[in-house]
Amino acid sequence: MAEHAAERRAAGELEASVLAALWAADGPQTAGQVQGSLAVELARTTVTTALTRLHEKGAVGRERSGRGFAYFPVRDAHGLTAQRMHHELDKDHDRPTALARFVSDLDPEDERILRDLLGNGDGK
Amino acid sequence: MITALLVPLLMPLAAPVLVRLVEYRQRPAAAMWALTATACVLAVGWLAELGGLLLTGMLTVSALARLGHLIHPLNVAPAAVAYPASALAVGALFICACAVVRAALRQLRQYRTAHAQLRDAPFAGDLRVLDHPEPDAYALPGNPGRIVVTSGMLRTLDGPEREALLAHERTHLAGRHHYFLAVGDLATRCHPAMRGLRDAIALAVERVADESAATAVGDRTLTARAIGRAALARRVDSSTRPDFAAGAAGGPVPQRVKALLQPAATSRRTAVAAAGLLLACSAVTGGGAAVGLVSLHHHVEIAQGEGHDD
Repeated sequence: MAEHAAERRAAGELEASVLAALWAADGPQTAGQVQGSLAVELARTTVTTALTRLHEKGAVGRERSGRGFAYFPVRDAHGLTAQRMHHELDKDHDRPTALARFVSDLDPEDERILRDLLGNGDGK
Repeated sequence: MITALLVPLLMPLAAPVLVRLVEYRQRPAAAMWALTATACVLAVGWLAELGGLLLTGMLTVSALARLGHLIHPLNVAPAAVAYPASALAVGALFICACAVVRAALRQLRQYRTAHAQLRDAPFAGDLRVLDHPEPDAYALPGNPGRIVVTSGMLRTLDGPEREALLAHERTHLAGRHHYFLAVGDLATRCHPAMRGLRDAIALAVERVADESAATAVGDRTLTARAIGRAALARRVDSSTRPDFAAGAAGGPVPQRVKALLQPAATSRRTAVAAAGLLLACSAVTGGGAAVGLVSLHHHVEIAQGEGHDD
């Protein structure tokens, strides 16, 4: 029982260090880069596990980078949603069509909000 | 014997001297406990003594003495002394109460603001990151406690330094250092001469965390560098940290860095002597207050017609 708690605490401390490293970095970091910027010597799989858990919890976002992922810190929950939307749009080879289809499928309330946002940007 | 009440009155004045004698002669953890306990004893002694003076003055007034079922007014000091002393005690008690209540309210307000600020902050394990360019870091008590670090601070430090910073803040949380800071803050508000004692408690608390961080990362120089960098980067005026929340950049940083780089060989004998000095001071204060109050009680009983007449 005590062993279990200690393990969980160690995992929490590792995740804290990894998140701190991502916040300290200038851009998205791969697991290998994070591994290099940590103070302690850790197996790369350990770092990847921590990054994956952070990603599941919504604390970090990720994008494709070569054969793996590059991770970046997320400012807040809304920021994460926006990041994901940008990311999906970036992936599509026909961005204008994807964006048009996305907008045409919005419900009336979302459409009104979007109109307001665009109107404010245009009018002033 | 009632003059023993004057001992706790004068004792807080000795606080700055005590601090200087004790500060670096004790191990940080021992200093943290000893200084906080001394601050409490001095504050309680001082308040008890003010209460005693107030009571003496009140019971010297015959109308009030009758209310207290006294046969004749208390006669321990001439009215010319008792009245002004009593009036001063009322004033001092009032100022103390105001200062302590204000400090307590401010602590509460800061605690709430700090927690509200964290609601949407990204987290991992015990770490909460505040997205703010201003470098700052502190241990925020709560259930569970959190290490709060701004993104500005994380960018200031390199990997090993960040680890030292996190270890430092974890010690604050695990050791419940906010209690020492909060109690020290409230106790030392009672008397202006005890301000130095508050700073000394803050320094001792930081040194405990420094030592622990140095052990955790296994490198005193690295810890000293992390503290120095964190402190240099932090602008004191713009901090959002509550006063009782201990932080890596708190306390007099040059002394802390020096203590890490050149650990003073605290000999057992001077440490014991310093502890003995604090203990003696506390004993004299507590003893003075106790003897004074018992003596006052005795006089009141005599004035109530109990025991033998004088």
